[in-house]
Amino acid sequence: MSYHIVVCAGIVPDPLQSLEPVMGPNGPGLKNEMMLPAVLDPWAGHALFEAAHLAAGHAGSRVWLASLAPKAKLQQVMMTVAQKVPFELVAIDGPASGFTDAAAAAAALADAIAAIPGLDRSKLLLFGGWESASRAAGATLQMIGERLAITDQFQGVDSLTIRPDGTFEILERIEGGRHQVSTCAGAPAVLGWATGHLHEPANNPQLGMTNMRTLMPSLQKARPAAVPMGGTFSAAAVPSQRRETRVVKDLSPDAIAEEIVEWIRQ
Amino acid sequence: MDSTVSILVLAHVEPDGALARPALETFTAGADLAKQLGAPFVVGLVGTDTASAASIAAGCGAARVLMVNGAAFAQARYATDAAAAEAIARASGAEIILAAGTSRWMRVLAGVAERLGGCIDTHITRVVAESGTVSIARWYYRQRIEGVTSRTARPWIMAIEPGTHEAFAGAAGDVTAEPVAVSLPELRSEVTGVRSPASGEQTIRPDAALLLVAGAGWTKKQADGETHVPEAESLILGCLRASQASLGGSKSLVDLSGEGQAVLPFMTHLNQIGQTGSSPRHRKGLATCCHGEEPHVVGWRFITERRAVNLNANCGWAQGKTDVLYVADAFEVMRKVNEKLGKASEDRPREAGRS
Repeated sequence: MSYHIVVCAGIVPDPLQSLEPVMGPNGPGLKNEMMLPAVLDPWAGHALFEAAHLAAGHAGSRVWLASLAPKAKLQQVMMTVAQKVPFELVAIDGPASGFTDAAAAAAALADAIAAIPGLDRSKLLLFGGWESASRAAGATLQMIGERLAITDQFQGVDSLTIRPDGTFEILERIEGGRHQVSTCAGAPAVLGWATGHLHEPANNPQLGMTNMRTLMPSLQKARPAAVPMGGTFSAAAVPSQRRETRVVKDLSPDAIAEEIVEWIRQ
Repeated sequence: MDSTVSILVLAHVEPDGALARPALETFTAGADLAKQLGAPFVVGLVGTDTASAASIAAGCGAARVLMVNGAAFAQARYATDAAAAEAIARASGAEIILAAGTSRWMRVLAGVAERLGGCIDTHITRVVAESGTVSIARWYYRQRIEGVTSRTARPWIMAIEPGTHEAFAGAAGDVTAEPVAVSLPELRSEVTGVRSPASGEQTIRPDAALLLVAGAGWTKKQADGETHVPEAESLILGCLRASQASLGGSKSLVDLSGEGQAVLPFMTHLNQIGQTGSSPRHRKGLATCCHGEEPHVVGWRFITERRAVNLNANCGWAQGKTDVLYVADAFEVMRKVNEKLGKASEDRPREAGRS
């Protein structure tokens, strides 16, 4: 059994960066957005590592990474990501802003995926993060799935097990720190990954060189996509979070515990 | 009433026929929005037994109740839930559709929006109508930026973030629910069960009043130069049991397992809060052995009252972010806290017996 795995992954500002919104004529954006260092979206990154792991265990499988982002920023991020796992890039040149519309982003990605040469829809596993670290809506992947007519969809996935008969067992996060267990007849399916169980692979420069041979032509051929804002914004701001902190330095552990327990009971 | 606007509140019914708190919160949000717009609202129910939920919907002021019943809809499965939601939305003709942002609805709502040719916003914390214009507030960039937006496209699906509205608690009413026919595709998936954490200990309680946050300090060398992970495990679990708190962890703590360091076995990525974790909403939060800056603080944003136990009085995690910072050894403090919580729980039955 082989799979054609397409991982949808955007790029986001490095989580350690402070973000400041600015209002433009079309809506909000981030101050110095093009200057901010970017990384592959964390949950989508997990999806990519899971895809590569799955492909490695099933001969004949292929992995594509479909990304909608400004071409120049995407190229920077690919310099690192390409060293992690083998994949082919499907690049779409458009905004990576979190304020853009999920439906329009989904349309651009679905069109690009549908146009992948050699993609076998009967083997298709559409992977991605269950939410991004930018729009954080958890909406794009489902819409791409609908556009590709895939009605077996799973979100918050932490585990995909392929059983000997080719059916899947899938664990999805649900409320209360539990997992819902589902079975699925097989591909095609949409899986929005949470953290999974794999750790980030170490950089492999040789793999990076191999990947870049196909990544650069893809970046050069990236088709532009217009993705409008997700509605009309009247405000975008970082709320003030400053609190007056009472520092308690001179109480015994017993006295502190007494105070904490009283507070818990209130 | 403004008959040009129609509002639908979607809810899935629990296996016992009840409505979970997020659904009741969405009833409140829907009723409030309908009142602001002077418009009627419809409730759509999905599940096996919707009779009780229909009465609650009527009590909340729903003008109509639509229902999709049947064994196939007991499962939280994309194919059936999406078909049910689509059928109810089309039957209602609603322009604005509200649903709770539960894992079940979040799995399908965006797909339903795509089927309806509409738009969607999720993780909504506020819905307001002013002069007939509806706007919503939600967070972007993982709870770091709050935006307010409105849309002209319809239907507009809104997933309401659980914990952001009061749950409807009024009396039930009388209504005749209208069944809606659903055309199902071939079903290739089946929900076979629910799996709890391997440790067997429930550490995540979304409805708990208190969130106990554990940092990586619990697994580090203490004053005697040794680590005390088993004791840390005992103290944290003891506090959870005694206070019925929910447990959150910093990213650094849940990542330790991948770095070959001593770990707390019950702490998984599901407990992780902050920018790359969850953003639970609790009334109180107590942080222990944590340190960190802005990327982690977003997990705190929805905690109303915050306290921290930390050895560093100048810690950037605590200063300006917590209400009270206790400068002390968390091991010593939590040992005492557990003693007092245990004593309190022993005292309560005795006091109840006296009365």
